[in-house]
Amino acid sequence: MGHSNWPEWIYVAVVVALLCYVGAEAWNIENLVEHVPEDAEVIKVTGQQWFWSFEHEDGTKEIGELHLKKDHAYKFEITSKDVNHNFNIHEYVVLLDAVPGQINTVWFSPNEAGEFDIQCREYCGLIHYNMRALLIVEDV
Amino acid sequence: MVLELKKARPVWQIMFSTHHTDVGLMYLIFSILAMFIGGAMAIALRVELFAPGAQLIEDSMSFNRLFTTHGTTMIFLFLLPSASAVGNYLVPIMVRYKDMAYPKLNAIAFWMIPPAAVLVWLGMADFGWYANPPYSVISSPAPAAEMWIFGLKVLGVSSILGSINFVVTILKCKHPDLSIGKVPLLAWSFLSSSIIVLAAMPTFAAALLMLLTDRLGATGFFNPAVGGDPIAYQHLFWFTFHPEVYVLVIPAIGMMYEIIPRFSRRPIFSQGSGIFAFVMLSLVAFASWAHHMYATGMTFTEKTVFMIGTLAAVPASAMHVFNFLATMWNGRIKFATPMMWAVGGIALFFAAGAGGVVNSAMPLDFITHDSYWVVGHFHLFVFGTIAFGTIGFIYYLFPYVTGRMYNEKWGVVHFILVFVGACITFFTQHILGLYGMPRRIYDYPEIDSWIQMNALISVGAMIMLVGMGIFLANLIYSSAKGKPANLHDPFGLGGKYYYPYEQRNPHH
Ligand code: HEM
Ligand SMILES: [Cu+2]
Ligand SMILES: [Cu+2]
Repeated sequence: MGHSNWPEWIYVAVVVALLCYVGAEAWNIENLVEHVPEDAEVIKVTGQQWFWSFEHEDGTKEIGELHLKKDHAYKFEITSKDVNHNFNIHEYVVLLDAVPGQINTVWFSPNEAGEFDIQCREYCGLIHYNMRALLIVEDV
Repeated sequence: MVLELKKARPVWQIMFSTHHTDVGLMYLIFSILAMFIGGAMAIALRVELFAPGAQLIEDSMSFNRLFTTHGTTMIFLFLLPSASAVGNYLVPIMVRYKDMAYPKLNAIAFWMIPPAAVLVWLGMADFGWYANPPYSVISSPAPAAEMWIFGLKVLGVSSILGSINFVVTILKCKHPDLSIGKVPLLAWSFLSSSIIVLAAMPTFAAALLMLLTDRLGATGFFNPAVGGDPIAYQHLFWFTFHPEVYVLVIPAIGMMYEIIPRFSRRPIFSQGSGIFAFVMLSLVAFASWAHHMYATGMTFTEKTVFMIGTLAAVPASAMHVFNFLATMWNGRIKFATPMMWAVGGIALFFAAGAGGVVNSAMPLDFITHDSYWVVGHFHLFVFGTIAFGTIGFIYYLFPYVTGRMYNEKWGVVHFILVFVGACITFFTQHILGLYGMPRRIYDYPEIDSWIQMNALISVGAMIMLVGMGIFLANLIYSSAKGKPANLHDPFGLGGKYYYPYEQRNPHH
């Protein structure tokens, strides 16, 4: 279809090459970050209007606060009791929907001690704006 | 000139007319009205977010109702009708036919919109423009939710009827001497976007009905409490609405294909490449819907498939940009108001596309998803690209519709204010997203960077507000008191040659 001129061909080729690079790189990185370490400790995360609760492997429960240890690997098993929420620790790029009737998993390993915000990133109604919790990473 | 309101007529004569230019005028006036209503809502949202704590809006529910109605208004009551306005005015002329194929159906499709708008505006639903279950099933207050569902149902039907009309007009009523390859790109854009609507919209229509019966408790398609699957809704919704974003952008690109060559005083660089890119976009539009759903817990393979499908749409968009630049290259460009909007729109289109690529790369989306980045991304498209093309085209049509000239100086001021405001607002929103601020929140904690950026974003919005006020004044004043336009060459481009749709219409 009237494609007889080389500048446009070169331009399209460059765009396609860039996209292939972005796609391949994204594939690689996603592959790496999705690989859960075997020794990851499971934390059950439950979202409900409008707070977060957590359950550690040993059965201890926390509401609105989550205490974890530095340089440990954790695997979150995220679900919801009512509507969709989204469990987000922005500093550590932890982000996954909390969907009722479904368990989504994501892992991370905090490499810095301190306090970090946990927030809901999926609209869930009246107090969505303040559905926050605190992650406390302890140096041990 | 065909588009001119030749002599003053009583309003009811225009309202009950089925002639394509009259229906076009009604679409145009309605969409401009909707734009200002939706804009007022946006301003209220930005005033509220200017600083932490309650500023203007008393409670979060009102805020949630406002952003839902703002989004719904801008997409369904401003952008879609404004595109239909342009299509109604020009598609029949461009294919050299006397009217749309089905004039009565055309008027009906328009008249379905105002009642639907009333439902949406009086209801003020709160679940965001995508009404995700289970929230929309078990938590969202009635009757607003039902009014939204019925309103969108009607708008969907109107959109399908309008699309049938465009497809039939272009394919069946086009003058036999005019080959489909010679049909101007603006008309091609309506052909492409209408075909997408016909393929995509029925899915959403089904999803809306399922949502309604779920709310009534008759079914539980999307309600996990009775065994339903809320993610299924998201698939149905995005299967319609990812393609729908192309439905919005393609006519705007078509409008730029009309403006850029005229004001560059050169023919379009490549008609073939433009057609090819439209057809490509319409096909790949259907390969990427679940890029909105990476965070719902999709498998690695699913995410990969939809990332590839999304990236596949980029070359076609990039070809349009190339076509525009190659047309302007060595052109004798006249930067009148319509041209400024078109060029500004192309620049923001490019920036928006780059941000889209970031969203589609799986690991990066887990940084940007549902943050202000996404708000910035799609506003660069829906406002920076689509509304820019549309506003430019409104200026371009103005002399033909009213027989008068708008005020050029104020047109330029309008452009500069809105362009600067849009850059401040939407680029800052991207950065704010990288700092982690979620979208759709009524209030935010006192984090310094968030406070500063929110204030800046609101300032940008105010600058745009001033610009749009000037626009409104210019439209109203100039249509009554503007200088009579020289309809053979209103923009002083030197010669009739540049207005191909003035070819004699055998039916007039
Ligand atoms: C052509 C015009 C486009 C329009 C009108 C548009 C519009 C939108 C809208 C409205 C949303 C947000 C939906 C919501 O959550 O409310 C969105 C999100 C998104 N867009 Fe675009 N878009 C366009 C082009 C692109 C392109 C070219 C790409 C990729 C190359 C892209 C990739 C994405 C992705 C991945 C998301 C999901 C972001 C997220 O929620 O995490 N878009 N777009
Ligand atoms: Cu939430
Ligand atoms: Cu999309």
